[in-house]
Amino acid sequence: MTETLRILVVEPDPDKAREIIDALTAAGWGDVKALAQITSLTRTVKEYAPDIVLIDLANPDRDTLEHISYATESEKRAVALFVDQTDDSLTKAALNAGISAYVVDGLKMSRIKSVLETAIARFQIMRQMQSELNAAKQALEDRKTIDRAKGILMRQRNLSEEEAYTLLRKTAMDQGRKVIDMARALVTAADLLS
Amino acid sequence: MSGTLLNCGYVALVDCAPLVIAEELGFAAEEGLALNLIRQPSWSALRDMLALGHLDAAQMLSPMPVAMSIGLGGLPAEVDTLMVMSVNGTVFGLSQPLAAKLEDVAFGDAETLLRRLTNVADGPLRVGVPFHHSMHRLLLSYWVSGAESMQIEEVTVPPPRMADAVADGLVDAFWVGEPWGSVAVGRGVATLKMTGRDVWQFSPEKVLAARHDWIDANPDTVRRLMRAVFQAAAWLDTPRNKPLAVEILGRSEHLGLPTDLIDPALTGHITPAQGAHPVAVDRFLQFHRNAANFPWRSKAAWIAQQLGADQAGITRAKACFRTDLYRQNLTDVSTDMPGASEKEEGALRFETAVASARGHLILAPDAFFDGKTFDFAPENR
Repeated sequence: MTETLRILVVEPDPDKAREIIDALTAAGWGDVKALAQITSLTRTVKEYAPDIVLIDLANPDRDTLEHISYATESEKRAVALFVDQTDDSLTKAALNAGISAYVVDGLKMSRIKSVLETAIARFQIMRQMQSELNAAKQALEDRKTIDRAKGILMRQRNLSEEEAYTLLRKTAMDQGRKVIDMARALVTAADLLS
Repeated sequence: MSGTLLNCGYVALVDCAPLVIAEELGFAAEEGLALNLIRQPSWSALRDMLALGHLDAAQMLSPMPVAMSIGLGGLPAEVDTLMVMSVNGTVFGLSQPLAAKLEDVAFGDAETLLRRLTNVADGPLRVGVPFHHSMHRLLLSYWVSGAESMQIEEVTVPPPRMADAVADGLVDAFWVGEPWGSVAVGRGVATLKMTGRDVWQFSPEKVLAARHDWIDANPDTVRRLMRAVFQAAAWLDTPRNKPLAVEILGRSEHLGLPTDLIDPALTGHITPAQGAHPVAVDRFLQFHRNAANFPWRSKAAWIAQQLGADQAGITRAKACFRTDLYRQNLTDVSTDMPGASEKEEGALRFETAVASARGHLILAPDAFFDGKTFDFAPENR
């Protein structure tokens, strides 16, 4: 994961930016880009498609970055925030809040690798949880649709629940389609006709 | 000075005034509070610090608590609006090349400006706004939705950099809070064409916000904070106090700006272009009169609807505008407590007397530029 990770550093101070890039490169992340001027941020984010963006918490461009995140599917990207003073309670609170933004205690180069690895791992867990949640929601929706379709068949054709499902599945197989697609078509048709 | 110390976040804009005045002129101290005013570098940072408990209360853009209540943007935290701190106060300006093509459009004519912009625009109009979940952006979207062919590209620019953005050709136009519009005019890089109230005459701009659980856990502190800010807002809307307000806000620890840049917003005399005569804009920025501080639930509903919320979202948004606390904590000090908590938005074209606790509340006009009205009351839908 470390080799393929693309990192964008938003930092107006060239010395500080170089320091961060050196630390990232030394830590084994080769694909790092620094951006001093916010003016080209939208284009850079779109073209470079970073996996993670680093920005100082005190940087006013944070609002711009956040807007770009809305517009470019932020769930695919972690934003790590640097704060200049050590603040453990804030770091902990940010983590407990389960946000993709991760607050680290200043720009201690010796720690940047472990800090970023934690941020990324955390972000990936969140992303996975989100996609599992979405999958679970979808499964629930699908089941409701199939239940409705079964109900329609049971009423219209006077079938038992088991027979209704068998009919639904057999028709789907005959047509090379999924049961859920069949169910959706049936429910839509029933809605139209009712 | 002693008392309960509260960490209060704000962003350096003229309309942070109620918090600054509450502390500087002793309205907070009278309530046994000391406000530790902490300037924030960005709205996202302010929101995160509030959500994470590093700030007890904060000045927020009115759409921010609503956006959070319907699960948009940033942290999953419940933040409530205790009261509105200011109404209106934003300006819309054009770059000089674009302004030159629209010289004949009168200041404040939203309808003509939109029509003419649609005609001269060559591709999408790039408009700078301070934050996505801001009244600036909502008013902009609402306004341009009145012209089908109008294309907008929203560019988020921190307010202090708006003048640079328009000077460098990064944006063609901008919607920003004062003093940053006057700053752009002062530098000769932009011409102001209208104010926020030309699109909606009485829009809630900044609110006093705090976390829902903190409000629950600290009812007495919340009461004292609301009373201090309420008194400060009343003081700010008294004409003879404006010069002192301008002087206090200009100090380096607050805005750190020359007083002539702060004065236009507080006195409502906006200079649209370099060398032009100032235009007197009634209610350019209002802190208190006409029940300006009342967190109308119908305004939360309007914001939620503009943000794309469904019915459930609109209901949640209404609940985060705490009219209950406003009544509970301010009834004895308020002369104009509204009888209702919701109203039809956009229905008032003139000053109108309505029912209130003491029978003499006058509401200001709140019409939209296109004359539309919005009713979110369940019994009328």
